[in-house]
Amino acid sequence: MAEPLPVLEMTGIVKEFPGVRALSGVDFRLFPGEIHALLGENGAGKSTLIKVLTGVYSLDGGTVTLNGTSVRFHSPSQAQQAGISTVYQEVNLCPNLSVAENIFIGREPTRFGRIQWKRLRREAAELVDRLGLDIDVEAPLSSYPLAVQQLVAIVRSVGTGDADGQGAGTKVLILDEPTSSLDRDEVLELFALMRRLKGEGVAILFVSHFLDQIYEVCDRMTVLRNGTLVGEHMVRDLDQVGLVQLMIGKALDQLEELHDHQLHADVGESLLKADGVGRTGGIAPFDLEIKKGEVIGLAGLLGSGRTELARLLFGADQPDTGKVTIGGKQVSMSAPNDAIAAGVAFCSENRKTEGLVPDLTVRENIILALQATRGWTRPIPVAQRDELVAKYIKALDIRPANPEARVGQLSGGNQQKVLLARWLITRPKLLILDEPTRGIDIGAKAEIQKLVVSLSEEGMAVLYIAAELEEVLRLSHTIGVLRDRKLVAQLANGPEITPTRILETIASGEHQ
Amino acid sequence: MTTTPRWRTLTRHHLFWPVAVLVVLLLVNVPFTPDFFSIKMTDGHLYGSLVSIVLFGSPLILVAVGMTLVIATGGIDLSVGAVVAITGALTCSYISDQADQDALSGVLLAMGIGLVAAVVCGLWNGFLVARMGIQPIIATLIIMVAGRGVAQLITDGQIITVNSEPYKLIGGGYWLTLPFSIFVVAAVVAVTVALTRRTALGLLVESVGGNAEASRLVGIRSRRIKIMVYVFCALCAGIAGLMISSNTSAADGNNAGLWIELDAILAVVIGGTSLLGGRFSIGGTVVGALVIQTLTTTIYTIGVPTQTNLVFKAAVVIIVCLMQSPKFRAKVFGGGRLGGRFGGKRGDRSTATPADTAATPETVRTMEVS
Ligand SMILES: Nc1ncnc2c1ncn2[C@@H]1O[C@H](COP(=O)(O)OP(=O)(O)OP(=O)(O)O)[C@@H](O)[C@H]1O
Ligand SMILES: [Mg+2]
Repeated sequence: MAEPLPVLEMTGIVKEFPGVRALSGVDFRLFPGEIHALLGENGAGKSTLIKVLTGVYSLDGGTVTLNGTSVRFHSPSQAQQAGISTVYQEVNLCPNLSVAENIFIGREPTRFGRIQWKRLRREAAELVDRLGLDIDVEAPLSSYPLAVQQLVAIVRSVGTGDADGQGAGTKVLILDEPTSSLDRDEVLELFALMRRLKGEGVAILFVSHFLDQIYEVCDRMTVLRNGTLVGEHMVRDLDQVGLVQLMIGKALDQLEELHDHQLHADVGESLLKADGVGRTGGIAPFDLEIKKGEVIGLAGLLGSGRTELARLLFGADQPDTGKVTIGGKQVSMSAPNDAIAAGVAFCSENRKTEGLVPDLTVRENIILALQATRGWTRPIPVAQRDELVAKYIKALDIRPANPEARVGQLSGGNQQKVLLARWLITRPKLLILDEPTRGIDIGAKAEIQKLVVSLSEEGMAVLYIAAELEEVLRLSHTIGVLRDRKLVAQLANGPEITPTRILETIASGEHQ
Repeated sequence: MTTTPRWRTLTRHHLFWPVAVLVVLLLVNVPFTPDFFSIKMTDGHLYGSLVSIVLFGSPLILVAVGMTLVIATGGIDLSVGAVVAITGALTCSYISDQADQDALSGVLLAMGIGLVAAVVCGLWNGFLVARMGIQPIIATLIIMVAGRGVAQLITDGQIITVNSEPYKLIGGGYWLTLPFSIFVVAAVVAVTVALTRRTALGLLVESVGGNAEASRLVGIRSRRIKIMVYVFCALCAGIAGLMISSNTSAADGNNAGLWIELDAILAVVIGGTSLLGGRFSIGGTVVGALVIQTLTTTIYTIGVPTQTNLVFKAAVVIIVCLMQSPKFRAKVFGGGRLGGRFGGKRGDRSTATPADTAATPETVRTMEVS
């Protein structure tokens, strides 16, 4: 059977940044009605390939053919006009506008030059429904967690082709790590939508570090390594082990290691106690005790209040009830400073808006939290600073390993590592990690989980939030289960605790 | 062939464009004033166009240096012109009340009073911005408007003249063959650089301006930092106020430092600091202020008619801003090395924001200011 013609073909793509060759002669093709995975380690060049295609970056070499005609886009809106809808890796919406406005921004339905607000809201609500989401489209986007914002970005891209008379209708849909902070249910909704669009003949480019997801929805895959093409395969022709080998250039067995690792038993004395801590609109009052060397994992569905709970323990939001004691002393939690002084660190899930300062260098971003505790008058001595930074760049394998690089220029996964390094360097007593492995490739993910284990062995307490239940179960001594903004159960981890059991607990919370 | 990489590193330096513009502006003067670059020694004082540019540019440099830190935190200070007027008015009216205007102690006290007033203005601005959360442009507008009134009150609506030798030194005197104000400027610039780069202040300021929420979450006390920079900015404006009134031996509540806030903002932007906050460059600001002062001088030397000189100035400013925009260079120089390279570097400010490529924030904002 002859293959149909590709809707999109990129050949010999070259992209150089000052000092970095991000893509060297990459070929890529995309067929109508297929879901095509783009794979590779952090910094392999996936996002860059997408951005040169859609005109965010200019092309340094190579050709792009769309439907048989050669094209070159100079801006993302041109690509959009030509039928390429894109959800970029870093959610890129306006937090203070409503969900509906975000969905239609730049292509609002107008009549006689005026925006038809009613129609805009109605169509936004319809689109959101189509994805099976329960979102109030009139609420400001910032009132929703990152995962919902990510979904809104997807709705926005999918909706593009529908606005009548505008653009050519979506022919190509590009999703750069759309599932990085989604839970299982939303992932399933998204996959259903992707399959439907595929049935309509749309070609979908999908980037993810979750290999299971690749095997679940994708038909074909292209693997990049260090900016070069390593191969294009049908998903059914290559198993996971082979794929990983292609991605990182060697076999990976450390994942297995971690699977059988034993949780260490020497959990120490009490470190933090929360008594009736709660916040209206955030999370109902809860009691929680965290001990030295203990890893507490939080499990719950999207919007169940995991992030909200973590933020209260850090003073990122102020609790309206209850009190927090750390090491026997009550901490006021009126600002993050109080918690930081008491030895708490909080690594936010939202690295772009709540984490990194993109214009500063890797070094500056890494030392920021430590420097803040010292105040402006006592800079960290240069030698000590450089040593610390070099140590963590090495430990987390941040690439490029250049402390002078601007953080905004790093790949998503490497940015995440910088954020982790920032807090690890402060040697906290309690480390709160909200989705620490978001956007991190499988090799590095195993490394980070190992790191969490060894830190807890050294006596650091860790509060761990991750969308993947298996990840939480693998690491935690205790699992806090949340439902509808309530901490409904705290389970001691053991052989009888399985993802199914947790899901049951979440479900039964409903009847309480 | 071998020069290309070096040329590239050079053009990528953050001071390259401001300095290039300055050099071009200076050269423009040569056909009109052939001895533009010559410096003569008369009566033990150095004279020449270059010396005058630095001398007359001194107040602007001071104000712009203070403004740089405010802008780096993501703020703006419109009140500096009024602070210049208040400081000059207070100091001069105190000196003019003295029996012996040449008494050093009296002059020092007068300057102290003027600077304290400036600091109070800065505290007020900082309080409104950091504590009350008022938009900087609105918060500082209050003193911008009311401050001139206060200055008028102090001087009773008159121009107060003083006749004090020691006071004359700071803005009009000479020391070691050079205008004394050059030393003041050098000292303030050196102190600012040391204060920001030898301590962690610069980093924390850039962090607050670069991402306020992230800064809060790492525990930076951004309120304190904001108050500090507004006070520092007002203090710089106060020193500039002393200089201006000393130079003319008079305090004019109405005209002293008029519109200096706009020139200062422009100097900061030409120097490469984004009005969005974040990264700042004191060196760039100094060059930026010199560019503006040179432009003013050039307008006189090449004899632009008075009625068109604002238009001329605006035109040059627009060209300067366009030249600094990577997008514009990429368009004009087409696929050329220079333009292309730059388009790549500056255009990609943050990772995945298509909007960023539409227009560089710097350009858009500067156009508004000018
Ligand atoms: N604007 C930029 N300036 C300089 N270098 C850049 C820029 N954007 C990306 N790079 C570099 O290009 C390389 C590829 O980055 P890219 O973002 O494409 O990786 P990725 O495959 O998407 O990784 P991840 O899985 O972490 O998202 C990296 O080395 C990165 O540091
Ligand atoms: Mg990426």
